[in-house]
Amino acid sequence: MTVSGAVYFGPVLPRPNPLSAQGVERLITLNVNGQTRRVDVLPGETLAMTLRYKLGLTGTKLGCDRAECGACTVLIGDVNHYSCTILTHRIKDLEVTTVEGLEGPSGELHPVQQAFIDELSPQCGFCTPGQVMSAVALLKSNPKPTRDEARIALAGNLCRCGAYDHYLNGVMRAAEETANA
Amino acid sequence: MPELFGTDFTPPDIRGKVTGAAKYAEDFRMDGLLHCRLLTSPMPHARVLNIDLTEALGMAGVVDVLTANEVPEQPGAATNILTNEPHFVGEPILAVAAIDETTAQNAIEAIKLDLEPLPFCVDPLESLRPGGPNAYLEGNTVVPREGVQELKWSEEDFEEAQEGQLPMGVPGAEWSYGDLEAGFSEAVLSLDETFVTASHSHHSMEPRTALAYWENGKCHVRGSTQSQSFVVPGLARYIGIEPENVVYVAEYCGGGFGSKGSAYPIMAIPAHMSKKTGRPVLMRVSRAEEYFLGSARPGFQGRIKMGFREDGRISAIDLYIVQESGSNGGGGDMGAAASAVSIVYTPLAMRYRGLSVLTNTPPRGAQRGPGQNQIAMAVEPLLDKAAHQLGLDLVAIRRINAPTNDSRYGANRQPVTSAHLRDALDMGAEQFDWKERRARSGQRNGSKVRATAVGQAFHSAGSNGFDGLVRITPDGILHIHSGVGNLGTYSYASTARVAADVLKYDWDNCHIVRGNSSLGLPWNLGQFGSNTSFTMTRTNYVAAMDALAKLKDIASIEFGGTAEDFDVSGEVVYSKSNPSRRMSYAQAAQKAIELRGRYSGHVVPDDINPMTARAVSSLVDTGLIGVARDNMGQRGMVPALAVGFIEIELDTETGKIEIIDYLGVADCGTVTHPQGLATQIKGGAVMGFGMALTERHLYDDVWGLPGSIGLYQAKPPSYLDVPSEMSWAAVDIADPENPVGSKGIGEPVMGCSAAALLCAISEALEGHYFNRTPVVIDMIVNAYSGQPQSHTPLQVNTQ
Repeated sequence: MTVSGAVYFGPVLPRPNPLSAQGVERLITLNVNGQTRRVDVLPGETLAMTLRYKLGLTGTKLGCDRAECGACTVLIGDVNHYSCTILTHRIKDLEVTTVEGLEGPSGELHPVQQAFIDELSPQCGFCTPGQVMSAVALLKSNPKPTRDEARIALAGNLCRCGAYDHYLNGVMRAAEETANA
Repeated sequence: MPELFGTDFTPPDIRGKVTGAAKYAEDFRMDGLLHCRLLTSPMPHARVLNIDLTEALGMAGVVDVLTANEVPEQPGAATNILTNEPHFVGEPILAVAAIDETTAQNAIEAIKLDLEPLPFCVDPLESLRPGGPNAYLEGNTVVPREGVQELKWSEEDFEEAQEGQLPMGVPGAEWSYGDLEAGFSEAVLSLDETFVTASHSHHSMEPRTALAYWENGKCHVRGSTQSQSFVVPGLARYIGIEPENVVYVAEYCGGGFGSKGSAYPIMAIPAHMSKKTGRPVLMRVSRAEEYFLGSARPGFQGRIKMGFREDGRISAIDLYIVQESGSNGGGGDMGAAASAVSIVYTPLAMRYRGLSVLTNTPPRGAQRGPGQNQIAMAVEPLLDKAAHQLGLDLVAIRRINAPTNDSRYGANRQPVTSAHLRDALDMGAEQFDWKERRARSGQRNGSKVRATAVGQAFHSAGSNGFDGLVRITPDGILHIHSGVGNLGTYSYASTARVAADVLKYDWDNCHIVRGNSSLGLPWNLGQFGSNTSFTMTRTNYVAAMDALAKLKDIASIEFGGTAEDFDVSGEVVYSKSNPSRRMSYAQAAQKAIELRGRYSGHVVPDDINPMTARAVSSLVDTGLIGVARDNMGQRGMVPALAVGFIEIELDTETGKIEIIDYLGVADCGTVTHPQGLATQIKGGAVMGFGMALTERHLYDDVWGLPGSIGLYQAKPPSYLDVPSEMSWAAVDIADPENPVGSKGIGEPVMGCSAAALLCAISEALEGHYFNRTPVVIDMIVNAYSGQPQSHTPLQVNTQ
């Protein structure tokens, strides 16, 4: 946008060029939730956008689209990442797991998902998929976390409803029930 | 006795939240979907002189542009859908639709906009000065029924105030009761303090998004709102059609906290764009835009004088609030704050004066505890100051002033339905080991000081006059139709269980119908104002009672006798004298369809809302219809009251605060859903901690530009800012004006935690009163070290 009252803001900066597809192969293969997906990806496209708008995986939420809130958290390998700030082209040889990929073949929930239900962890639920994915990542690397370790591990996931206490209850319950299984 | 109500259960919408299957507004997709982006004002106040769309419209993939001239003009300040005179940075001027979002945004970048900067204001007091800037060309305050007017105070008004005191010129609103002069005369202690509470954003995790398309003359909208039925009339007005021509879907809402309680103007943009282009349109709002378009809590510049008797009883309060109302006149926060003071502290005499002032900052609206929570932060630490000077315990001074069932509320001295704040204080003091913790309050460990305190808050929490609708289908299922919305409290579900209890249903045989107006939803109040627990238990109760009466009627038609001869149990209606004469609910539902008339929705009560009547007409002959308006009456205002007990450790060298322990206690009538109440008390506490310590609007007074449009700038609390475990309790005394004893609680549980934390900080600093919120770390360090603060006493937009 060019504004006539530009003196109001200082010198007019040149407008950025729209992203060009030159030099990048757009049709790539992704491994998402154990499935091979062929998808047309723009050069500057983030993984969150690809998941939500190209692959129909809308469980991954966009709360800020700039790595502040964690609602878009997915697993790349076994590690949780903000998908809003990862270019899709960078993960084409890696395994991606979204919240939709946690349920078992017969619809059985992951222990974290079930524990979050049992503890009434979500309120509005918008941050929940991100909380779930961070909790799953934590339990992969640390199956028996302390409550404080869980708190630190989930600290990148904001919840405006303030449901932190109940999410941590859920993580601790999931860890316990997994250990007892 | 209720079997379901008051017990824990698995809400039907929670599985979708943990699996990602839950559909929020931005999760819907349609063939041919266009994406819409907004061109928003870069200036706080300007006039659009020219818009050059040539290059933008020539770009591949750009479909159309919608300008302010193409949407209905709206009454009132800053309720525009699009505008040619933006009154805040971020106000939408036009919208572009394209085949994808990137193309739409690139087109926005290609638009040449000719703007004329206009005068602006970001500080209410500056606007009130003689010759001060006005937010609008027409003036600086909204006068009811007259619109925007100019109001200035005189030089004398400003000169009369002492250094750091709020000047008090002509107010816009005023009321009083009792003999104020006599109240202050009998006081042994008077405190007179000026205070500032900062405006701050709601920052719901889901930025507001809307999708719209037209089909068969109806406009279908998927939106992000706390409420369901309550949204429809306003949305229809913004679109320019009748409510019956809106199909509204809002199954999930990613947080609202008051900012999505009703329809809001930009919701209508996709509808207008869709009408223009003939294609479905999705408009995703960015996080930064949410800080402009997502509403904010109005800030206060206030002054309060309080008179205390020797025993701590408050004899008089004189309150003046200047409310920063942004570009739309704000909400009723200042009046609500005054009414809250009248009931939480029950002063023997009180005067309130208030003035709402427009600024060129985002529109204001209700945020969780609107007015009540700001004033709790200002007044509660003052109570402690008085307690120390009078030699009283901090709980004791609250007890002596606390409301009872006989207390009166607000300007009209309205009665209350029930008030058990004293019980909440007593329960909390016992569970929190108040005496023991107070004994160690003030203890030092190196640079750290431990402090214990208590805070209180209030919100009116219930309404009446809305409709209930239930339906028993021939398969025996009870469908409980709910138009309240889904804010995330699960109260839409817990209140539905009242209907199941009335009809003695197994919960597994109940289905809540909600989230889509085309499913036949009744007229209900929105899911805001802590009202759902009270209001919706009543509507579900009256609808179920109507269904119960019809079940008995049908049985009497089938078996002879009168309705009084029959009773229900196990989803069967049977003769009390001859239980072998019985029919299942499923059979009764089939019989209702055969009987037609009022039994299956052909005839409805005269007093139900037209929306409910339309809902019933869409359900005719699908089963036994129970439908009624809540005509049970309501004697008095329904007070939700909450108390927070807190223990903190404050590091005097760094200003860092660690919350060691927190207990929230609710007076919410009979507990509706224990687990849900626990999440509200603790979640509300988290929001309160943020309001007390970090969250604030920041607008540059030279250019009117925002400095808090990111989560990292506006600072809602994270896991690491709050205790990882908190406690809760409830008085659990039934409210007599509700058939199951319930009343709401969602809002004061935030205010009491904020107040408690601020009181604890003052305790740690030997009674220092900050006169402002949030109390940021710098302020703590400055106060402890005796350094001057970096802000002037009445300054707004401070770091």
